[in-house]
Amino acid sequence: MTTGTPSLRAKARPADRIFAGSTIVAGSLILAALAAVAVFLVAQSIPALVADPAELKGSPSSFWAYVGPLAFGTVWAALLALIMALPLSLGIALFISHYAPRRVAQGLGYVIDLLAAVPSVVFGLWGIKVLAPAVTPLYGWLVDNLGWIPLFAPPVSGTGRTILTVAIVLAVMIIPIITAITREVFLQTPVLHEEAALALGATRWEMIQMAVLPFGRPGIISAAMLGLGRALGETMVVAMVLSPAALITIVLTGSQNPSTIAGNIALNFPEAHGVGVNALIATGLILFVITLVINSIARFVINRRKAFSGAN
Amino acid sequence: MTTTTASTGIVNSLTTGRLPKWAPWALLAGSWLAMCAVFALVAAANGSEFNIVLSIFLGTVLFDALIFVVAYLVEGVRQAKNRLVTSLVLTAFIIALLPLISLLFTVVVSGAARFDPLFFTSSMRNVVGEGGGALHAIMGTLLITGMATLISVPVGLLTAIYLVEYGRGMLARSITFFVDVMTGIPSIVAGLFAFAFFALVFSDPGIRFGFGGSVALSLLMIPVVVRSSEEMLKIVPNELREASYALGVPKWLTILKIVIPTSIAGITTGVTLAIARVIGETAPLLIISGFTASMNYDLFSDRMMSLPVFVYTQYANPGSVVQPYLDRAWAGALTLILIVMALNLIARLIARIFSPKLGR
Repeated sequence: MTTGTPSLRAKARPADRIFAGSTIVAGSLILAALAAVAVFLVAQSIPALVADPAELKGSPSSFWAYVGPLAFGTVWAALLALIMALPLSLGIALFISHYAPRRVAQGLGYVIDLLAAVPSVVFGLWGIKVLAPAVTPLYGWLVDNLGWIPLFAPPVSGTGRTILTVAIVLAVMIIPIITAITREVFLQTPVLHEEAALALGATRWEMIQMAVLPFGRPGIISAAMLGLGRALGETMVVAMVLSPAALITIVLTGSQNPSTIAGNIALNFPEAHGVGVNALIATGLILFVITLVINSIARFVINRRKAFSGAN
Repeated sequence: MTTTTASTGIVNSLTTGRLPKWAPWALLAGSWLAMCAVFALVAAANGSEFNIVLSIFLGTVLFDALIFVVAYLVEGVRQAKNRLVTSLVLTAFIIALLPLISLLFTVVVSGAARFDPLFFTSSMRNVVGEGGGALHAIMGTLLITGMATLISVPVGLLTAIYLVEYGRGMLARSITFFVDVMTGIPSIVAGLFAFAFFALVFSDPGIRFGFGGSVALSLLMIPVVVRSSEEMLKIVPNELREASYALGVPKWLTILKIVIPTSIAGITTGVTLAIARVIGETAPLLIISGFTASMNYDLFSDRMMSLPVFVYTQYANPGSVVQPYLDRAWAGALTLILIVMALNLIARLIARIFSPKLGR
């Protein structure tokens, strides 16, 4: 390489500049939009934080006393949904990736994806008209026989519109999300590890225990967190199914249930006015921050895994 | 040397002590039948309704227990555990199918009552009680989603092009990360943002209009479009780009004439799936587009009904006679599911028919 060679540069065409520039603008627009979400939510929340709490709905002692039960209900319902959905999703993902015959596995995957295609308002309608009446006798039985457990403390709800019903519907809604991600991770398990385990005489379950699950653990964790994020933000099911009250309780089957942030916004926003609107936006900001943190952690874990598995 | 093993009664040592292949299936069918029989007897005894969902569910649980015991007795503990997990995995799949089947069945049966021409040719203006339809809601959904698509597709596609063809370094990495994070924004927060934004811009604290709904929906739609288009642009073979450059074609023309036409099927599929995802969103439209009983063709003024919000309001604000409202809600739900299913089907068809045929 001599120093005398002229630098080889393509001719800079105006059209090239314009096209490249417009793609950069589009990309930056996304970042700007996300920043704008934060900025405008904060701007509209401030009046609620400085306002006299007596103007808020239910006249709580402070804004935080107003948010407390909602934040608790949000996390509680989402956690319950996750507890129900995670084992089921892992089972389904394993079934599709390692148990079902190859030819039908993809079709079964589509069937589970169908669940994700159902709009949330239809899930809400189904939850209140089909699921709630169906589980009411079960709740009665639970409270009668297991009432000594704090989770099932009497009195029982007569309508089935409890936080447990909500959590069941939420679980059904996040199953396809968790399944889709864990399925992909399980399919990435190095085939040599699986074959080595089988060749040493492991049964299929022992092979999964030794090869598939350790390999997929980060994927399982982040899939669970993405499902949790989805369950935290789900609105219509809560708004339609739950009979809400402003209190903190862990009772699953009672008629007094803590509402969630998203459900509370949907129920009260159409009639809200004045500082009430700002208070609802402030709760939305809190929800935004919670889901943003959870999703960022989940994505961080997934991305680290991606770089790692590329070497395999 | 010696005689065949079969005639002497010595069976293949690899298959001794194993359950025959048909055993799990026979056990599963047997447990289902047994539970159905028990429930049918109970139902006949006290006159209650026969609950097929519960009997299938409990039958599957019974099967899990039975297969473990049988395998433990015949095959030993390791095989028993293996069979237990196999059956549990199958159980998980069946449990997930139950709500799907129940939901589709309920929506079709309950929705059929009002799934008639009147439902698609009239609005709810001046309708109390029976009659009325969802024309205004269907119109609103088409307008709002159409506008959201118009916003999202250029922005999403250009961003995907940036990420695949131009993006290097910090900006590209942060866009990728935040697009991923954006997919997890709760839909109601998108609606609140659109409200907060337009309420401040137009200084109208009670603002409701269709275009705001489009902005909220495109916030949810853009990350989906970016991700799917990015995947599709990435799988365009590099040889095509290099061949184009070798002929002296500028980069922007290469992208427009070579890269995008090659991946257009996949991009269209991704966009269709993105539309299918946002067309059922209720919460943001409830907040920023509001609800009304009348037709509204103008995205930029006044409240605009959409199909998901129609379903919600018919359920949530019924008149004195509830049934007609519920019937309309179910018919709306059926329409919504049909639209989403059709979009999904179209997406898969596009992917199958128009994807480039690779000669190998």
